[in-house]
Amino acid sequence: MAIEIRPESAQVPDGREPDTAPKARPWWLRPAVHTALLGAIIGYVLGHLLGNAISSGYQQIPLSDDNDVPIVLGYLFGILGWLIGLGVFNDPFRQMLGKPVTGREEDEPVGGVAKYFRYTLDHKVVGIQYLFGMIGYFLTGGLFAMAIRAELLSPTYHLITPSAYLEVVGEHGTMMMMMMTSVVMGPLGNYLVPLMIGSKRVAFPRVEALSFWLTPCAFVILLSSLLVGGFPTGWTGYAPLSIQAGEGMDGYAIAFGLMGISAILAAFNIVVTIICYRAPGMRWSRLPMFVWAMLTTGFLLVLAAPVLVGGMYMIITDRTAQTAFFVNQLGGSSYLYEDLFWFFGHPEVYILALPGFGIVSEIIPVFCRKPLFGYKIAAAGMLGVAILSFFVWQHHLFDSGIDPDMRPLFMLTTELISIPTGFIYLVAMGTFWKAKIRLTVPMLFALGMYFNFLIGGISGVVLSDVPADTTSHGSFFVMAHFHYTIMGGLIFAFFGGIYYWLPKMLGIRLNQRLGKLHFWTMFIFFNSTFLPLFAVGELGQPRRVFEYARNLETLNDWVSISAFLLGASFLIFVYNFVMSTLFWREREIGNPWRSRGLEWQVSSPPPLNNFQHVPVVLSGPYEYGDPKALPVADLNPPAGVISGALAGTEA
Amino acid sequence: MATEASAPSSQAPEPAAGPRHGLRILILWVVASVICCPLVYFVWGPHLPPGDMSSAAANQQFDLQVLGTIATPVFLGVVIYMGYALTFWRAKDGDETDGPPIHGNAKVQLTWIAATTVIVLALAAFGTVELVTVQGAGAGEGPQPIWKPTSSTVLQVQVIGQQWAWTYRYPQFGGFETAQLELPLNKPVQFDVTSLDVIHGFWAYQLGVKADANPGVNNVAYTTPKHAGSFVVRCSELCGLWHGAMYDYGKVVTASAFQTWAQQTETQLASLTKTLPPYAMTYDPTEIANLGKVLVQLGIGGAGGGYYPPNDPEQP
Repeated sequence: MAIEIRPESAQVPDGREPDTAPKARPWWLRPAVHTALLGAIIGYVLGHLLGNAISSGYQQIPLSDDNDVPIVLGYLFGILGWLIGLGVFNDPFRQMLGKPVTGREEDEPVGGVAKYFRYTLDHKVVGIQYLFGMIGYFLTGGLFAMAIRAELLSPTYHLITPSAYLEVVGEHGTMMMMMMTSVVMGPLGNYLVPLMIGSKRVAFPRVEALSFWLTPCAFVILLSSLLVGGFPTGWTGYAPLSIQAGEGMDGYAIAFGLMGISAILAAFNIVVTIICYRAPGMRWSRLPMFVWAMLTTGFLLVLAAPVLVGGMYMIITDRTAQTAFFVNQLGGSSYLYEDLFWFFGHPEVYILALPGFGIVSEIIPVFCRKPLFGYKIAAAGMLGVAILSFFVWQHHLFDSGIDPDMRPLFMLTTELISIPTGFIYLVAMGTFWKAKIRLTVPMLFALGMYFNFLIGGISGVVLSDVPADTTSHGSFFVMAHFHYTIMGGLIFAFFGGIYYWLPKMLGIRLNQRLGKLHFWTMFIFFNSTFLPLFAVGELGQPRRVFEYARNLETLNDWVSISAFLLGASFLIFVYNFVMSTLFWREREIGNPWRSRGLEWQVSSPPPLNNFQHVPVVLSGPYEYGDPKALPVADLNPPAGVISGALAGTEA
Repeated sequence: MATEASAPSSQAPEPAAGPRHGLRILILWVVASVICCPLVYFVWGPHLPPGDMSSAAANQQFDLQVLGTIATPVFLGVVIYMGYALTFWRAKDGDETDGPPIHGNAKVQLTWIAATTVIVLALAAFGTVELVTVQGAGAGEGPQPIWKPTSSTVLQVQVIGQQWAWTYRYPQFGGFETAQLELPLNKPVQFDVTSLDVIHGFWAYQLGVKADANPGVNNVAYTTPKHAGSFVVRCSELCGLWHGAMYDYGKVVTASAFQTWAQQTETQLASLTKTLPPYAMTYDPTEIANLGKVLVQLGIGGAGGGYYPPNDPEQP
């Protein structure tokens, strides 16, 4: 096990002498968001001019009448300029030239807000950056959802034009999907995993920081496609429609691909950190379930997201360099895109489920005051879901006409995945048995997650059955199903995690009464929004339409009004968040939930290096109610103990 | 799923201490399931979509009925258990103690795994039987279908999707192309679904038929209409701007009425049929212009054979 034993070397990624002082420059000369923006603008202009220069003689691309080379090069050079302006490449180049590096986290002024707007290497800073970034993504995507539901108040189009409607649908779906890949791994994973495994740092701080700083780029690029007409394909981007579409499509392909790269980088860092940076005594059998969830999610992202990036790359070359990967009449195949997309897309939906499982498995033992029931089966469930998720993607193509005799097999694999998913419920029910339940806000969100995911999972079994799927496929039933699993599952768990861990991350507790109000409004209106949509779908309303049968108007209106109220419930959260962090500032130093988690054994927020000494983990994190249980870790192990503990775990 | 309720009862051997929670939960769960399952199957089931207008639709309705009945006790089991736990196992105010340190129970876990595995395998077997015996369950089977109707007289209908209208060709009646979809009662129908531009989805809702229309691919789906009446055809794959408006209505009529209609339409459209490309399983986009003339003559707007520019065209 590669464990940093000397505390002073653990935090220095480059080996510079710790006492050489960095050169002080005025703030506006130091690389940060403002220089990055400048770089992005310069890069975009240069790229656009270059594109015009090299492609002025191009014929139009097949099926479309646009020349997309300038906008694509503009985006790519803009991203490069953004990263250069941010100073991402400064230290690698300095190192190549043999000069001392400066971008170390201990050079940052501790306590200032400036570090949140810079390329900072501390995993705790990156976690907070991600937290705000992802909430921004979520609220923006939510506004698009409000626009969709406003349009669907009437069975014909009335508020926005059909093209605007499609743009909004595409932006909502893509933004939410991009956000969901990182919504837990980014904020909570980056912040908490090193604390939970007893590490002073992550494995690759630069990679981790880079993964965050790509997300604002992707956000801006995705939104910028609205300026050139948006994209008409929804979040799936099916070819040949995506080849035929206007320039807005390039924004989709580049933003989604960029988010894929960001997710790969984040996941790579998390996986290596978990494998290599566990404290002595942090055996696999003592790993918190949240860390298991991050490990499995990380593996899924590292293996699946490259396929997405490849698919997006091919869309871009089809649209610019006039390749024909997805153009049937030129020798390509639209099935190729569907396969590439869903080979990423199905692991992706479990990338969105596993972190939620991890969070609720972390929350329920604390508020049941009982050990997690069946620790091994919980980990096995996550591994099982992760492995099986690579063998089910064809169920998205049950009606596509591809290879019908594989349907029974993919029906079987899809239904098999409910066995490991069921483990998560076994674990929860076992943990609740004769527990001492405390209905705090995080616990409420965890319970909400179990309820919603149950409905999402059962409706998933209906979809996996080919005959029943024939009616449900591509209808609002599917839409309700994945909103139940993603929003009802992951987002409920995410908010549970925020209420649970924010005292750790910011040292401030959110108001619990407003938190309960937020939970109940969100839970009630979530269900009253999405439960009727199962019926709407089965009654014949396809997805992504602005016109629907008149007899479905009542149901759709009910759903729209519930959706607005659901949207309003997030305002309660925003109000609570702003007031609690900025004005009320109810200090919550220490361990408000009396949790045994290792992350709660240090002060809140944790010091710069997390632990003064590398801790020695003595027992598992869920030993509640066991009088014989040792404390979770020795935070100040006497000299020489660590090497002894190392020898013990290695044996 | 018997495990959910019976499992905890075997797990805590505390005879004297308190009420027998496991037994109580089991009784609650059994009673609720015995009441709800027949309600779902017999009362709700016959009203489940997509109805029984065709063999495929009736089959899907039966599947939903069975899946709903199996899902009911699963749902009830979890909800009753959680509700019971929240009612009886709440910490009293001021009680800061921990619960019993139960780390697991091999018997419960093994029972759970066995029970879920049996249910899942049974579901997969049921789904496969329903898929094979009902000729692909109305889903598109691609160019080489493997589950076909046994009857030798199958009515072939070609479904052509293009942005943003459906047209239908009847190869057994000279290959005329029309915007009307009429089908005879009690005769197996073979839909050959294809597209001229992007991917569309042919969804004849009441017939329980759904097959993607892929450019350059023939996607075959079968069903047998069982009741006369009209049904709606919608596009179920996002195909661009007017995807939401890409729908029309078909009719199921008696065999003799269908014969009359088809022969009349064949003679009526004979001159137009001559200008069309010969009937084929798929069409090259270069033939779109010819096929598009039909749309214009039939009074449908739509692409008229060309591709739309990405900005708003008029509504078809």
